[in-house]
Amino acid sequence: MSDITSQSLFELTSNIKEKKLSSEEITKAFINRAEKSKKLNVYVTDNFEKAIDQSKKFDSNPNLDFKLPGIPIAVKDLFCTNGVRTTAGSKILNNFVPTYESTVTQNLWNQGAILLGKLNCDEFAMGSSNETSFFGNVQNPVGENLVPGGSSGGSSAAVAANLTPVTIGTDTGGSIRQPASFTGTVGLKPTYGSCSRYGIVAFASSLDQAGPMTKNVRDCSMLLEVISSFDQKDSTSIDYKRNNYSKELSKDIKGKKIGIPKEYRVDNMPDEIEQLWKNGISYAKDCGAEIIDISLPHTNYALPTYYIVAPAEASSNLARYDGVKYGFRSPGQNLIEMYEKTRSEGFGDEVKRRIMIGTYVLSSGYYDAYYLKAQKVRQLIKKDFDDAFSKVDAILTPSTPSSAFKIGEKTNDPVSMYLNDIFTVPINLAGLPGISIPAGKDKNNYPLGLQVIGKPFDEQNILNISYALEDKINFKNDILDWWLSE
Amino acid sequence: MSIDLKTVKHISKLARISIDDEKANKLKGDLNNIFEFIEKLNELNTDNVQALTSIAETTLRFRKDEIKSENIREKILKNSPEENKDFFVVPKVVE
Repeated sequence: MSDITSQSLFELTSNIKEKKLSSEEITKAFINRAEKSKKLNVYVTDNFEKAIDQSKKFDSNPNLDFKLPGIPIAVKDLFCTNGVRTTAGSKILNNFVPTYESTVTQNLWNQGAILLGKLNCDEFAMGSSNETSFFGNVQNPVGENLVPGGSSGGSSAAVAANLTPVTIGTDTGGSIRQPASFTGTVGLKPTYGSCSRYGIVAFASSLDQAGPMTKNVRDCSMLLEVISSFDQKDSTSIDYKRNNYSKELSKDIKGKKIGIPKEYRVDNMPDEIEQLWKNGISYAKDCGAEIIDISLPHTNYALPTYYIVAPAEASSNLARYDGVKYGFRSPGQNLIEMYEKTRSEGFGDEVKRRIMIGTYVLSSGYYDAYYLKAQKVRQLIKKDFDDAFSKVDAILTPSTPSSAFKIGEKTNDPVSMYLNDIFTVPINLAGLPGISIPAGKDKNNYPLGLQVIGKPFDEQNILNISYALEDKINFKNDILDWWLSE
Repeated sequence: MSIDLKTVKHISKLARISIDDEKANKLKGDLNNIFEFIEKLNELNTDNVQALTSIAETTLRFRKDEIKSENIREKILKNSPEENKDFFVVPKVVE
């Protein structure tokens, strides 16, 4: 049997079901490795002691019908966990201990999973490199001083470094798929309305979705099956019949029509990404898929639209952090001064920047010029996809315009940081499902991902296409454990 | 168009985030860069386009107006920044 922490979710659940491993052995293996991996800075808060207790409890009376039987899982610190500190990577929630549980994490525990701890992320999920976190940047296990992507950077690093078998992240403009691409892992953003947003610290409510981050496509299907559910507590949750994703997973994609959008060939895109994309296309052909050239004419307008819509929603969602009912408070002479000092000291620079953009575009006299305009362009972007999906079953693109960059390289230029999400943002604006799978490496040996985009609620199809491509690509993430300490 | 210092200070007031002059100047630069990038949308004519207000094409559900929670006063007050068993405490508002 291979080392416990390098096993996939599928292997671990099989080993538990066949009684080859106990939950306690697995939980302790991940904790031991985490103790030696502090340099990566993936954890904001650990739950190790309680996790061991829970694993023993599981082993004393194991329910092997569970889908995640006794499996320890660390989650992004954006999910509220009852009794376990939840910070959203922000000073303003530094001392916040929720008294309720998010629906998505509750779904994990209902299937036998055990909370290992809370993973670092960009502050309020605003960032593409995990550098905006109040708790410091995360190291990408792929190479020293490399960003793990963001905002789910602690999550992507933890999966790639074998510190959790799988994890869940959230994706508002690429926050699952971009870090997956940067770390050679798999990340899926489900259709808007698939996974409940109840109990997730809100960033931009019309774009946010939770989703699985895993080592491979099969694990991704297993985890999606557990977290995707209809929930009365989320008014935008959609009641539809969800597939048994892992059971229906198939490499047979013969005859599937896959669209290649010409607008995703952006200026200055590195040759190796162009090549990666070509390889993906030829693998899809090898699997019997039909390749069709398509056009998504408003692609170039997606990022500017996103940088109106997301900050507008954020400025409204983040109005609740005023130091009154919970979280950090800075005292003031009067109520207004208390609000202003609390928010000034409690939020980091990127969050403040986005609140300011959002406040501006929603302010009197500018609403029509910015916010309304963006909502109209968002309609055009969605229509592009509707038109494309009348001709194809799925769309194949690169996940990101580059591989992981160095820590500090883009922190002084917000716009160049935003450009990271050029291929992922349109999918959130249109509410579609998208998955990033590792597909190759660049000249520095850093991983690169391909993205498969699907029709609404067609997660099974993009999982199957990814499953077939994964088999052909046969990606190996050679991570050298350079960070381990005794 | 460009955003001047006065506007930055006005927005910070609206957003209830106090900023000093140095920060305001830095933000002015950042915001102008970002808005220059956003202005690209003006290339598009959207006169006859309906704004997208909901991505999930569903209508909001109705539910019965029932009390479902037990007494959760303690839970709600648990994270209160200043301790008080019955209320949230704020600086004096009424003179």
